[in-house]
Amino acid sequence: MAIDVATVKKVASLSRLRKSDERLQSLAGELNGILGWIEQLNEVDVSGVEPMTTAIEMPQPMREDVVTDGDKVREIVANAPKTVDGFFIVPKVVE
Amino acid sequence: MTNTASPLDSGRVADPSKLIQGRTGPWEIVMGLEVHAQVASNTKLFSGAKVGFGAGPNEQVSLVDAAMPGMLPVLNKYCVEQAVKTGLGLKAEINRFSRFDRKNYFYPDLPQGYQISQLFHPIVGEGEVLVERDDGSSFTVRIERLHLEQDAGKSIHDLDPNATYVDLNRAGTALMEIVSKPDLRSSDEAVAYFKKLRTILVYLGTCDGDMEKGNMRADCNVSVRRPGEKFGTRCEIKNVNSFRFMQQAIEFEARRQIEILEDGGTIEQETRLFDAVKVETRSMRSKEEAHDYRYFPDPDLLPVELEEAWIESIRQHLVELPDDKKARFISQYGLSAYDAQVLISEQARADYYEAAAKGRDAKLVANWVTNELLARLAKDGHEIVDSPLPPAHIAGLVELIETNVISSKIAKTVFEHMWEGKGIMTPAEIVEQHGLKQVTDTGAIEKAVDEIIAANPDKAAEVALKPQALGWFVGQVMKATGGKANPAAVNELLKAKLGV
Repeated sequence: MAIDVATVKKVASLSRLRKSDERLQSLAGELNGILGWIEQLNEVDVSGVEPMTTAIEMPQPMREDVVTDGDKVREIVANAPKTVDGFFIVPKVVE
Repeated sequence: MTNTASPLDSGRVADPSKLIQGRTGPWEIVMGLEVHAQVASNTKLFSGAKVGFGAGPNEQVSLVDAAMPGMLPVLNKYCVEQAVKTGLGLKAEINRFSRFDRKNYFYPDLPQGYQISQLFHPIVGEGEVLVERDDGSSFTVRIERLHLEQDAGKSIHDLDPNATYVDLNRAGTALMEIVSKPDLRSSDEAVAYFKKLRTILVYLGTCDGDMEKGNMRADCNVSVRRPGEKFGTRCEIKNVNSFRFMQQAIEFEARRQIEILEDGGTIEQETRLFDAVKVETRSMRSKEEAHDYRYFPDPDLLPVELEEAWIESIRQHLVELPDDKKARFISQYGLSAYDAQVLISEQARADYYEAAAKGRDAKLVANWVTNELLARLAKDGHEIVDSPLPPAHIAGLVELIETNVISSKIAKTVFEHMWEGKGIMTPAEIVEQHGLKQVTDTGAIEKAVDEIIAANPDKAAEVALKPQALGWFVGQVMKATGGKANPAAVNELLKAKLGV
């Protein structure tokens, strides 16, 4: 499957990444290279093989419903470019 | 339009009175709901941070909820149990195998950049809910699925004109999304279904049903069609969190779609927001481009495989569900379907009623609870949990009636005093203090009877010809005794004296 510039542009916008037009062009080439490499896997006959969902054959571990975390506002917002009263401040989101 | 029915179409058609009359003829609403119910857990779905209202910004956030690099989710067993319990309450299939997927989208209050949800393998499959209408009739709504997912954080837009404030306290809280099939045919039906679902969840204790806090909210998928024909294109109204708003939003949206269709236009599938102030729905264009969610299985989480024995033990400990309680109230207490419905619609009402009815005339207790107590509470916008009168006082009042200490008529006066006194005195104390005891002393009643007969010889003669005229005498005797004479004794005496 070939990735065109329009697809790269859409994927970039969904990820909120801004790329110049030249870069989109070269990214399309790179992505096609990667996908082409992955497509080689299609040569393997997997009929009758259950899809693998995990590398570890074990049940989902679960925890009890007990409060063990939280109350660390300073750590939570430590890396935020801007905070006020414990809130993260981000550019205005218009609804 | 063709008549090829959608495989999703249950074949249900709206009650003719619920059709909407357009300029070109009648239209029928077709609707399904996606209800988000917050799991009543102490902690989040994948972290040990506390769930709850009222904490300071970001105080109930773990590094997992804030999506710090390297943090891994660990599933909350209690939340899984609540989902299974709810599934059983919806008479739904419990899937032994389920899995979590990532729903990818970008928003400031979603630090992970994806919501962990269950698209491909939900924990609960198809079920059904029996819904009662106000007139006592009922219909069935099919459930498509129930899955577990994370809630997002909160964006606050009105604290600063140039910035949005983000609080992640809600981020990662467990939600059950309950998806119905498109079986609803009017706004009344949608509201009735939402109410019933809420009742079931509150009974099960899996969600507190607090809609004001947003702990239960619905997305309404609304479309219109010519009655019985093919489904139309639907629009989704997001986050409706009250019964009244739901009714208004659906009515507005259906009429908006009908206008467009009657003008020869087509409906565009989109997400809309209900504006409760203007009472209208508006397009949320911002969400449109983001509709490519690129779901894939979450590699951080293993599939959930439920053991038969665990599901069975949850089933064994299931509370009595509303439908079962209603059936029991009808058979055990001899209540009408209507009274039973009123009493079971809130678990607290049912509990109150049963506490009061113990050992008493159950029908009489039901009358006092529904006709007097609930009506009185409703006047002030209150529910039974706000009742100033404990169940024992209603039971006490009924006991006084049953044992002929007071008549039903005087009981109303006693109830007035009980209500005014806010439950400080027992009904028996009130009767004592106000001297409301029924006069059962036949001597006293006889005296009153004799006096009235003597004073009204013509009326007395009339009774011999017209036995119904006896009622007039009963009234006079009751009046003369201040309403305290035992009506049965009065009747008997009058009959004997007047030879009826």
